[in-house]
Amino acid sequence: MHPQDDRIRWIKSPKLGVAGRSYLPLFVQGLTTTLRHLLGRKLTVESPEERHEIPDPLIYRGVHRLNRDAQGRIKCVACFLCATACPAHCIDIVAAESPWPDREKYPQSFTIDELRCIFCGMCEEACPVDAIELTSLYDLSGKSREEMIFDKEKLLSVYDQTKDAEPMRSARA
Amino acid sequence: MLSTLIVALIKIVLALAGLMTAAAYLVLVERRFAAWVQDRRGPNRVGVPLTRIRLFGLGQPIADGVKFIFKAEFTPGHVDKLMFFVAPLTIFIAAAAVFAVIPFGSVLPQDFLPAGWGVSEPIRLVAAPGIDVGMIYVFAVGSIAVYGVVLGGWASNNKYSFLGGLRSGAQLISYELPLGLGILGVVLWTGSLRLDAIIARQAVGGAWNCVLQPLGFLIFAVAACAEATRLPFDLPETEQELVGGYHTEYSGIKLMMYLVAEFLHMITASFLIVILFLGGWHFWGITGSGEAVTWPVALLRVAVLLAKVLGVILFFMLARWSWPRFRFDQLMALGWKVLIPLGLVNVVVVAAWAEFGPALAARWGISDPLGLGLAGGAALLLCWLVVAASDPTRVDNSPRRRVVTPDQDVEEIFN
Repeated sequence: MHPQDDRIRWIKSPKLGVAGRSYLPLFVQGLTTTLRHLLGRKLTVESPEERHEIPDPLIYRGVHRLNRDAQGRIKCVACFLCATACPAHCIDIVAAESPWPDREKYPQSFTIDELRCIFCGMCEEACPVDAIELTSLYDLSGKSREEMIFDKEKLLSVYDQTKDAEPMRSARA
Repeated sequence: MLSTLIVALIKIVLALAGLMTAAAYLVLVERRFAAWVQDRRGPNRVGVPLTRIRLFGLGQPIADGVKFIFKAEFTPGHVDKLMFFVAPLTIFIAAAAVFAVIPFGSVLPQDFLPAGWGVSEPIRLVAAPGIDVGMIYVFAVGSIAVYGVVLGGWASNNKYSFLGGLRSGAQLISYELPLGLGILGVVLWTGSLRLDAIIARQAVGGAWNCVLQPLGFLIFAVAACAEATRLPFDLPETEQELVGGYHTEYSGIKLMMYLVAEFLHMITASFLIVILFLGGWHFWGITGSGEAVTWPVALLRVAVLLAKVLGVILFFMLARWSWPRFRFDQLMALGWKVLIPLGLVNVVVVAAWAEFGPALAARWGISDPLGLGLAGGAALLLCWLVVAASDPTRVDNSPRRRVVTPDQDVEEIFN
């Protein structure tokens, strides 16, 4: 773009008075700001002894879980909607014929690569039966890449771990 | 003779060990301070090694040191090997050698050893006592730091490092002038280049030089901050937006030497500010002013001096987060258009007072220091107003003339 282009708006820097140009008010302003923060309340917490206060765990997007129904069976019907919606392609489902009469399919294996996941929550939005949900567990870690690929059992165990604190959506009022 | 040597060696070891420890712990202080200003907590976990005792993070410097020593020290293939090795050594040795003449207290009474041990006079708390050209030594050795910077940039054989070295060289050389002018006023007033004499003059008079020569104090403090390359003058490093500067290619223990030297510069600058302008070990009512001291007074003087130095260092660390960095042209404008002229004004005021002051003071019925203080204060006020009114650091970057484009006729534009 040419410097004489009409679309360029040249903004004049604001004119300072003698007080401003003497640098003194600005000097004091800068110093008071830093002093206030220096002595002020600290925002970080001493993790892991202290935990972050999560305002609403029900809408937090942390580690996934696979919900169970009333009989303790996996709720998932292997419809692949979550895998289709996933922008990171981190969900891998192998469907099989359901052993139960109330649905046609169930996931024989259901794995989520937590390292690829971007925690956008699209899977949760897409799920028609409220089978996959994101919990408020945010500090997941592992010693290898393989360990971070969560299989069906692992995801169900996340549900067992969090079901009391965070009831699944269909169970909420 | 032997006892003098032993005493000198003990002082050198104490000073060097103290400095290295201080530099290491100041890194921790800096990090904690930065964290607090940014509403964080900072490194507070590392304590006693191999235990779970945390000690407010006081073990962090050990961990930092071990990390630096065990880090891969990579020497790029394109560097000038000898110079690449010499440059960090230069800056580090220069930074440490300055402390030979910087007193870290007043004197110790001679009675801590039996009379037969050959210590017959009070021991001065400075590694090389009685150097008459102390100030000149500080300047001469301190200036060698520029070589370390330029050499480091040059030896790296890398365009960015080279430009960084030149950038830093320009800054360090520019700000050495106002630094010298700030010192000149003090030397004129004291009549001696010895650092202990400068402190003694302030202690005996009871009036610190920062009150007598406020203009010189400000100039010296700003220039010292720039010499130590602390923010808002950290153009040599500019870690946020530019390539690191002269030490881009350095790693491991050589980089640590540069970083420690930087902290040593800050400590030196703080010591000099305190000694030249803030009364050194003197504090009204508690430290006395004479040479004959008892043990409590001697230790109190050391404590007062170190407390003042720590205060100045903490101010430097706070300044880092308080004001934005200067642009390079603003840095140069501040140095050449503001600090040097004002430094000259300060020297003229002090010199004029040294010549005509005592007579004037006697006629007006005021004391000599009070007169200088008044004159200095008036000079500061006047200079500040003149600078504020003329605004010499302001640069207009908007286009002032029409720009010729290839498709425009040059004739058409100029007619």
